[in-house]
Amino acid sequence: MSELSLHRGISVRRIGAMILRYWYLLMSSWPRLLELLYWPALQVITWGFLQIYIAENANFFARAGGTLIGAVILWDILFRGQLGFSISFLEEMWARNIGNLMMSPLRPIEFLLSLMIMSLIRLAIGIIPMTLLALFLFHFNVYGLGLPLIAFFCNLIFTSWSVGIFVSGLVLRNGLGAESIVWTLMFAILPLACVYYPASVLPVWLQYVAWALPPTYVFEGMRALLIESTFRTDLMLDALAINAALLVASFGAFLALLRSAKKNGSLLSGGE
Amino acid sequence: MTGNDNASSRPTVADGISSAAIEVDRLVKVYKQTRAVDDISFSLPRGSITGLLGGNGAGKTTTIAMIMGLVLPTSGRVRVLGHRMPEQSSAVLGRMNFESPYVDMPMRLTVRQNLTVFGKLYAVKHLADRIAKLAGDLDLTEFIDRANGKLSAGQKTRVALAKALINQPELLLLDEPTASLDPDTADWVRAHLERYRRDNNATILLASHNMLEVERLCDRVIIMKRGRIEDDDTPEAIMARYNRSTLEEVFLDVARGRGNGVREAAR
Repeated sequence: MSELSLHRGISVRRIGAMILRYWYLLMSSWPRLLELLYWPALQVITWGFLQIYIAENANFFARAGGTLIGAVILWDILFRGQLGFSISFLEEMWARNIGNLMMSPLRPIEFLLSLMIMSLIRLAIGIIPMTLLALFLFHFNVYGLGLPLIAFFCNLIFTSWSVGIFVSGLVLRNGLGAESIVWTLMFAILPLACVYYPASVLPVWLQYVAWALPPTYVFEGMRALLIESTFRTDLMLDALAINAALLVASFGAFLALLRSAKKNGSLLSGGE
Repeated sequence: MTGNDNASSRPTVADGISSAAIEVDRLVKVYKQTRAVDDISFSLPRGSITGLLGGNGAGKTTTIAMIMGLVLPTSGRVRVLGHRMPEQSSAVLGRMNFESPYVDMPMRLTVRQNLTVFGKLYAVKHLADRIAKLAGDLDLTEFIDRANGKLSAGQKTRVALAKALINQPELLLLDEPTASLDPDTADWVRAHLERYRRDNNATILLASHNMLEVERLCDRVIIMKRGRIEDDDTPEAIMARYNRSTLEEVFLDVARGRGNGVREAAR
């Protein structure tokens, strides 16, 4: 896999081959499919009932109906988007197949694009049933958000890919010993992205950090939409700009980490 | 290099078309304090089969990994099929392939699914026909729709070989290609490799601990020790130089540090 061949054309056929590879894997393993459905469903049920309880006991939340369950669904898009990306990558490490791919004509950008597409497929398998559960159990129709939902979704998925690309590079460089970062890094973002509360709750100095993260704009935008019925285009454009910078930076980091892995020979070991 | 200096035409690595399949020029790889590969040079003509011999830690796998572009050299240069590695790897990766005990095929995918995925990555035309041909040649038909993880070690080795041949590579790099195969199957695989080389004028570089295999298959042997090339010649010439009747005896002489003494005595 040559990291120096970005100027050449991207092959849709090779990307398709990788998606086929992950599709074969998903279809051959019911535990993998079940895992995609299980956690999102569990999340929405738990938080949905909590929202009902709070709504019955607090005027603010009664007015702001859906902010909690909406936040849960959007957080899951962010978290599951990254996991969907990273788990497909980890499958190659677990299978000791990364050397085969690196030696094939597959290019890093094609590999990453296939992981992005797989994260969308995995996300669809997990999130669509989750949104239907929210609709039938709690009468929260996330699709009722309309066009703003597309803006929220795109910004969240772009962030999840940036994190996924970066942690995949770390695992490539440091081996499976760095696997825990895949599962935990996004949780470091959780308190700062102001998923369940507005950014104004944070100390002023921490607000600067929060506003450097695109998901903060999305969750603020969601609250503005649900509470004030206002779609904040400015927030979405700011998030998009930061996401663009993050994607470029994460891809650069991935290439640097790949090069470092080739320098220290970790592509051959792939171990701990 | 302390062996026959005429055996390998020392390459002059320069840009341009090269008739050599692999040109390695003053290649060095240092991992922290360890000099895994220490200033080696050789050139392999197209259509040749070369054995890379050496004990554990001799530098064989690192050398092959640098040729493949999986490991970056500390210094020195590698050209594969006339292209600089790893800078121009995209020009040659589709024309070469490899098999190594350091990598596996995805376990949950069937043999056919694995070969389909790799066939598509390598842009193999008439892929279904190619898979059917490989399945026939390498006797995979019986288990072609079985998950790779459910195969015996010998079957997995044959599947890995099928993956290495999926794109009909001009250059094949093999690390222990017959490890874990019973003698009958190993012999059959060797015959297949010989036939493949003959029919396709392919170049094969194989690292092996199986001396009989190297004697049978290779028209040239490069012996490595502690990252350096200890000897480089035809198997017959090396055995004659060490006054030994088998490569295994030569290997033991080199591994136990008797190489120079035995060679001098033979002279």
